[in-house]
Amino acid sequence: MTAVAPVAALAAADTTGTMEASDFSFWYGKKQALKSITMTVPPRSVTALIGPSGCGKSTFLRSINRLNDLIPGVRHEGDLRLDGTSVYDPSLDVVALRQRVGMVFQRWNPFPKSIYENVAYGPRINGIGDEASLDEIVERSLRRATIWDEVKDRLRTSALGLSGGQQQRVCIARALANQPEVLLLDEPASALDPSSTQRIEELVYELKRELTIVIVTHNLQQAARASEYTAFFFMGELVEFGPTEQIFTSPREERTEAYITGRFG
Amino acid sequence: MKTARSRHLVSGAMIGLTYLAAILATLPLLLILTHLLRKGASSLSLAFFTHMPRPVGEPGGGMANAIVGTLVLIGIASVIGLPIGIGAGLYLAEKKSTPLASSVRFLSDVLNGLPSIVIGIFAWQFLVRPIGHFSALAGGVALGSMMIPLVTRTTEEMLLVVPTSLREAALALGYPRWRTSISIVLRTALAGIVTGALVAVARIAGETAPLLFTAFGNQFWSTSLREPIAALPLQIFNYAISPYDEWHRQAWAGALVLITIVLIISIAARFATRSRFGAPVD
Repeated sequence: MTAVAPVAALAAADTTGTMEASDFSFWYGKKQALKSITMTVPPRSVTALIGPSGCGKSTFLRSINRLNDLIPGVRHEGDLRLDGTSVYDPSLDVVALRQRVGMVFQRWNPFPKSIYENVAYGPRINGIGDEASLDEIVERSLRRATIWDEVKDRLRTSALGLSGGQQQRVCIARALANQPEVLLLDEPASALDPSSTQRIEELVYELKRELTIVIVTHNLQQAARASEYTAFFFMGELVEFGPTEQIFTSPREERTEAYITGRFG
Repeated sequence: MKTARSRHLVSGAMIGLTYLAAILATLPLLLILTHLLRKGASSLSLAFFTHMPRPVGEPGGGMANAIVGTLVLIGIASVIGLPIGIGAGLYLAEKKSTPLASSVRFLSDVLNGLPSIVIGIFAWQFLVRPIGHFSALAGGVALGSMMIPLVTRTTEEMLLVVPTSLREAALALGYPRWRTSISIVLRTALAGIVTGALVAVARIAGETAPLLFTAFGNQFWSTSLREPIAALPLQIFNYAISPYDEWHRQAWAGALVLITIVLIISIAARFATRSRFGAPVD
């Protein structure tokens, strides 16, 4: 599928999709969920965010596309930059940001529409109206999400009629249809059976050649298998961030080692 | 200490009482329906739907003007009540906890509990008096004001059932908030909102009090919004309190038609609910 990636994107690509957090803190009302997070997510790689429940990894993920803005009483300090521009820059259009940053949720959430309409939903708002272009985008996105062969004969039927794993891949296709630079995955496989999980992991491995992937997971084996970098969050702090292999084989922090070896969390 | 036997007895008696209460709850409707069928069905004929009322003493005739008048009034009320009610419901669901939302929620509950005759007086004061005479418009506005709080609250409830995850999915795709509200939230809840609207229509279709000094009633054919207009509930009222047997029979038939209209709308509402969140829309 790399053949269809725009040439311009490949040429300029080296840093497109770089994400940096500097001293980033986040509060829900009085409760501080993130404490001065500083890290750089390299482009076109897979970064896993791990840590016990409530450690702030989902908050971090949802800050990247500012989905947390919807919750009343939230505030932040520090900065989060995508390709050098702050996502909180007042001149930045949050709608445009979310078109560059795709997201897939823990619980698959296709719209109660046909498979085709689900995938075409994002492109439509970007003004792509003609059927031929939409057909092409829908097919390409479904192929990239490795579900084209399973659904190509039933594109006009309800997405809700598919199995959970298939619905989740339709959701991934829906996110890919916007041609995002970054894909955020919030425990995308935690509610799926092992074979669907494996397909999602293979998919992630394929996709990282084209975009930056940040994946929140509770499954340490999954983090070890599918990611190149791992960030370990604990109680709102970023305890350790580094290449996955190093985090899993020779963690520098005691807490990281304790978590990875299953002593808490 | 109670024995197991007496516990079983009490339990059995209590269950029996709930059965009885359940049957008694539906009894009024069954009695009304059978009574109406017995009294009204004999006076029902095609002429009842197509003919105008006859003068006293002449047998036959129908309530064509009242049936059409009721439909006209429902139409006016819906044009006012549905857009405002659905819009307000959308606001309440999207801006749950703003001070404005809390006061709107409270006030619409108050409006909902307002006696319908008071709404009639209000419409009389602000429409009938300035215009100088009774009119279909004033009646429609009175009924529409009754619909607004009903539709507002059912719309709000239906929208709150739409999973947050769907909202987030659309926002995460770069949909602006207003388009998310309309194309995802409203669309997903559409069946439920339609149900709410139909229930509200059924509720106002039989209202009499707000029409007494607004639409007023009309013995003649009129569909003009500026003139007094006939309505089934008014016609039933006027005929029922008259001293003529023939008019009494007509009133029974009118009541049967009115309750049938309400039943049909209610049944339609049930069907609309059935497909909530179901099959794909397109």
